[in-house]
Amino acid sequence: MKRIGLAAIVAASVLTAPAFAQDVLTIGVRSEAVSMDPHWTQLSADLQVQEHIFEKLVNLDTSSQTEPGLAVSWEAIDDETWEFRLRQGVTWHDGTPFTADDVIYTFDRLRGGISGAPASPAFQLDKGSKTWEMVDDHTLLVRTEGPYPNVPEDLAMLPIMARHAAEGREFSVDFNSGLAAIGTGPFMFEEFSPGNRVSLTANPNWWGGDPGWDRVVFRPVSQDSARLAALLNGDVDIIDYPPTVDLPRIESDANFTLSTTPSDRLIYMMPAYRHVEEFVRDNDGNVMTPNPLRDWRVRKALSLSIDRDAIRDRIMGGAAEPTRNIVPPGFFGHVDALEADAYDPDQARELLELAGYADGFQMTVHGPNDRYINDARILEAIAQMWSRIGIQTEVDTMPRNIFFSDLIRGGADTFPGFDSPKFSMSLTGWGTVAGDATYTVSGVLESYNAATGGGNGNFGRYANPAVDALSIRAKQTIDRDARLALLTEATTIGMDDYAFIPLHFQVNVWAMRSGLEHEARTNERTLAWEITRTDD
Amino acid sequence: MLEFIIRRCLQAVLVLFVMTLLVFFGVNVIGNPVYIFASSECTQACLNAISADLGLDQPIWEQYRRFLVGLVQGDLGRSFTYGIPAMTLIWERFPATLELALAALIIALGVGLPLGVFAGLRPRSLFSKAIMGFSMLSFSVPVFWIGLIMILVFSVNLGWLPAIGRAQPVNLLGLPVTFLTLDGLRHLAMPAFTLSLVMLAIVIRLTRAGMSEVLHADYIKFARANGIRESRVIGVHVMKNIMIPIVTVLGMEFGGVIAFAVVTESIFSWPGVGKMLIDAIAVLDRPLIVAYLVFVVVMFVALNLLVDIVYSLLDPRIRVGGGAR
Repeated sequence: MKRIGLAAIVAASVLTAPAFAQDVLTIGVRSEAVSMDPHWTQLSADLQVQEHIFEKLVNLDTSSQTEPGLAVSWEAIDDETWEFRLRQGVTWHDGTPFTADDVIYTFDRLRGGISGAPASPAFQLDKGSKTWEMVDDHTLLVRTEGPYPNVPEDLAMLPIMARHAAEGREFSVDFNSGLAAIGTGPFMFEEFSPGNRVSLTANPNWWGGDPGWDRVVFRPVSQDSARLAALLNGDVDIIDYPPTVDLPRIESDANFTLSTTPSDRLIYMMPAYRHVEEFVRDNDGNVMTPNPLRDWRVRKALSLSIDRDAIRDRIMGGAAEPTRNIVPPGFFGHVDALEADAYDPDQARELLELAGYADGFQMTVHGPNDRYINDARILEAIAQMWSRIGIQTEVDTMPRNIFFSDLIRGGADTFPGFDSPKFSMSLTGWGTVAGDATYTVSGVLESYNAATGGGNGNFGRYANPAVDALSIRAKQTIDRDARLALLTEATTIGMDDYAFIPLHFQVNVWAMRSGLEHEARTNERTLAWEITRTDD
Repeated sequence: MLEFIIRRCLQAVLVLFVMTLLVFFGVNVIGNPVYIFASSECTQACLNAISADLGLDQPIWEQYRRFLVGLVQGDLGRSFTYGIPAMTLIWERFPATLELALAALIIALGVGLPLGVFAGLRPRSLFSKAIMGFSMLSFSVPVFWIGLIMILVFSVNLGWLPAIGRAQPVNLLGLPVTFLTLDGLRHLAMPAFTLSLVMLAIVIRLTRAGMSEVLHADYIKFARANGIRESRVIGVHVMKNIMIPIVTVLGMEFGGVIAFAVVTESIFSWPGVGKMLIDAIAVLDRPLIVAYLVFVVVMFVALNLLVDIVYSLLDPRIRVGGGAR
């Protein structure tokens, strides 16, 4: 009935805030949740629903900084031991008290492996070779092999399950039916109808108080324009990822509001550093030795010739924040002194001449066309800008399922267990999940090292011993000030060297009917208790 | 008849085998699903462990052998994405697609037959020309565009119909259906109409063509000369003869509509198998892609069989199976 009431109001095209009290929040999301088992995936679409039901020891605030969750406090009592004090008086949705034993069960379950799960967060436990031990019902010790500072950040990725509810259950199936989907969170599982809706009801006994809504319904609408239409006609109250072309229109409509914040996702162009690069050729079409991308002046010239403001305004509908940093403002390790390069094609041409490429060369750039916001269009714009300074650039975009495989392991000389990237210059992105640059520096600036996990995302195979030394030390420095200094230095060296060419941080945007207020999150999740009514 | 059905089933097994071979090796050429699913922080050791767990570290022939062994036992594997058996997922979503496709079929026949008959009887009238113009448009305008325009008009501007999703299903003989409730019909209207357009156009054109041909046949003239009522001439003698090509084409079309309702389901966020397939392809969920295509092949074979049986009911001169009786 409520929907018909709303529809009637829209029909009269006087869409004002409905007069009746509304205690149901309907959220239109781009990607649908596939499982209610919080150890099954790492996909944002799943996690944002699961986070309503299951909680973690450590929470992340809207800027992805750690804050107390099921643990009220934590500290490193020596270089290799962390003590977590758990919250008292918390109960599971079925009334059973929450204790340290549930945490032990959760960690053991993950360590034991979730068979068939392609993206279980178990690897977060392996980092630093963690072991755990229960001291009493509300105290827990986590030990690491050697000093390891990111224990709290890693635990912020691990949802805690109830031993009595989850033990012996079949993964995914029993969770999707609700049988095992029993958490401690602000909302309780009600119904999971795949592809159609997930509904949750408020948990009256939540330790955090009133979550603000009686009921929350997630509805997946993958088509951007259909999701917007659903918001316009009142089928949903709030949507994530409104289409960027429509942002100015929504902003100017009094019936709707937007909430925005820079995301943790950095979009950048990644050059490859091999001596010979297949997709970099001279003007006659011969491969070049050495590969000109190895010269930092060439990389700087490429960066200076990109008009980042134009990309933000004309392609991204304003929803981009040009940068030369690797983590957004507010994150641990953000370097204030690094500002986005200003557009300067003249200086770019001079640098090319200095490097001995006055006549330019040819290059093919690669990128996905369905992964990042407006990815293919950004790549086309950049190719034009580079062609303008004399580097004849061709664009080759492809679906992400092909792109990422080739990016990581598409090289011709690949043999099992060893990754050889394929592309010479590609558009890609990197998200810094837990608000700390330690893993970003290690992941994208450190040299690739299959054994230590260094350079996990370094598919250009950039290698700089100075950065490596700083990064490895940062990963073992528990003192925050000392670590920040190391990260700042590593980032500055890497970015002054143009290890890669940063473009912008995506800006996360939500659109909602007026009368709602939303605290936008850096990590793209839509959480019901961060949406409040202002019209009653 | 029995012999015919058995032969058909044997053919189906052969088709199925060839198809699995093509699809299985086809989806293995593109990309590596591990890179899509795993977190970017997952190290090489972690990636290798996932590969091994999913059986992707095995040579392709070994993977195919395991797949065939499973297939014979009726197990089509577990979806990488959902972690539950692929066939469970397909059965879970198939009723929504079937409902949508049947609604589209009913619209196509219910609206298309009368319009086609009229256009055939009065080919020169202005209304007939409008009908034919409409059928031409239905063929040529992209479904995607029509869907969006309908959402814009009926949901956003007029506010009559919901733009997305499917209503809460009710249980009918064990099948979750939504067409029994008003809310269900409101959700069903736009996607079903959008999906029906191509079939609708086919029905109109085939009916009209059939009408103009059959109306001049001798047996119709004799029937009229015998003084049989015009409504009976049209309704029984004409219709029965023009239905055969319509059933043939719709039978084939309907399979396609079920199998590839992808676009419509995506636009209207209809929770059916088509949308699931698209999502599965985007993340390279190999078991789900293969299971779905196996399912489609079986469905096409079954539909063709059904069409042949309906033939023999419509025209007793057609005998499927061909054996002497």
